[in-house]
Amino acid sequence: MKKLINDSQDVVAEALLGIEAARPEVRVDHANRIIYRRDAPRTGKVGLVSGGGSGHEPLHGGYVGLGMLDAACAGEIFTSPTPDQMLEATKGVDSGAGVLHIVKNYTGDVMNFEMAAELAAADTGITVESVVINDDVAVQDSLYTAGRRGVGVTVLLEKLVGAAAEQGRPLPELVTLARAVNGSGRSMGMALTSCTVPAAGRPTFELAEDEMELGIGIHGEPGRRRVPMRSAREIAQQLMEPILADLEFTSGPVIVMVNGMGGTPLIELYVMYSEVAKIMEKAGVTAARNLVGNYITSLEMAGCSVTVLRASEEWIELWDAPVNTAGLRWGI
Amino acid sequence: MGWLRRFHDLVIKNQVKLTQLDSAIGDADHGINMARGMAAVMQKLDGMHPADVNELLKTVAMTLLTSVGGASGPLYGTFFLRFGRAAGSVRELDPAALASALRAGLAGIVERGKAEPGDKTMVDALLPAVDAMDTVIKSGGDLDTAVTTARDAAAGGRDATVPLVARKGRASYLGERSANHMDPGAASMALLFDALAAEIAG
Repeated sequence: MKKLINDSQDVVAEALLGIEAARPEVRVDHANRIIYRRDAPRTGKVGLVSGGGSGHEPLHGGYVGLGMLDAACAGEIFTSPTPDQMLEATKGVDSGAGVLHIVKNYTGDVMNFEMAAELAAADTGITVESVVINDDVAVQDSLYTAGRRGVGVTVLLEKLVGAAAEQGRPLPELVTLARAVNGSGRSMGMALTSCTVPAAGRPTFELAEDEMELGIGIHGEPGRRRVPMRSAREIAQQLMEPILADLEFTSGPVIVMVNGMGGTPLIELYVMYSEVAKIMEKAGVTAARNLVGNYITSLEMAGCSVTVLRASEEWIELWDAPVNTAGLRWGI
Repeated sequence: MGWLRRFHDLVIKNQVKLTQLDSAIGDADHGINMARGMAAVMQKLDGMHPADVNELLKTVAMTLLTSVGGASGPLYGTFFLRFGRAAGSVRELDPAALASALRAGLAGIVERGKAEPGDKTMVDALLPAVDAMDTVIKSGGDLDTAVTTARDAAAGGRDATVPLVARKGRASYLGERSANHMDPGAASMALLFDALAAEIAG
């Protein structure tokens, strides 16, 4: 294992020190491992709290700031944060307008956020609502699994709901919007290589030179199928087919994201985007906005995911609204 | 208290093995997380003189809940919380009370994780162990027999997870490919019963 670290036990804590030193728009509670928007809580604004295992940077800490999250709880690498962290973040961002928990659908994340919401109800009287994101079409049989995972749509949802919260919209309206966004987006990912959790010291799985893993999540876990390595054109087909088959995307504009898993250079992501754009054109899908880059990653894994979100004109306006975070910044 | 120390020692000893099991079908952190959690529990209990079983296990539960993370934190946390509450304000547990406290812990895990037997989870080690202990105690067996029978049933349940296809937790995303691997949660749960049997044997 070769990594830019000091001690494998200190990676998350030391990264938080770096974030605090580098980013003027946030402040960090190191004891509770929470990244806050510097001016949280904002009077009259619903607080948006997310969080999850670390190793997906810029998610979630890189999306704290104007127009996105008010706080993000950092867990150990690939491990959900704990209920006490989430409760503390909930208290830290509540201005009386209530708090929305944005949760990716993983067993641990869902359980810990559930316990945090129970604690908040019992201890504080803060109104807490939750939205659970499950956009991963690689999970086919949700009856016999923990359900579809929360992946790429998380980034788009934090942007859109963040913009709506910035406008001062009330909690019930944000909950409705968040659930609608989750229901309108689909993602599919693939890996060229595995990744190494620092404390484990070895890659989570092995992939031969002529193999790739289709249907991965974002935790370095193996995917659904190991298949022979293919060209970017064929890989784009393999990712887009299940997405386009799962939901109707031709009725309006879409927001599309070609996301790197952490170890793939931008030049390859643009090759992928050109293939994805061709497939969308052929299918009659219009990309009104796009993101190409590393937005929700799996440490140094090479590979990519594609997310397509069906949007309305109103959602495009929310997309274009000003945002000032480490991960997304425009309109300011 | 001795039970917890032995569990801590076994988790530390088997940390690499648990993480390897989790690499095969999960996200390679179960051993690391459990070791961190039990080390935090030992630190917390150092110099603490709990009034009763409930106070002791409530402390254990809250420590695990706040230090383990993932799914195992809430699951083991809920287990010890319910176990302690069922045991109540006593300093020693008789065999029947031990069995019903374990049963309450099991109910807590099932409620939190919504796993059913055969889903390839820690329930597959815990449920047979609790059932086995009940059977021995109801037929008038002594504590020693009860905990060794439970230990063997937990190990049997753990081994029986190998051929199963996971239906809960992160391994479920692998579908058929989760078969032929032991469930790491069932493996750590079996260690809890190894620790119990060793503690009673003295």
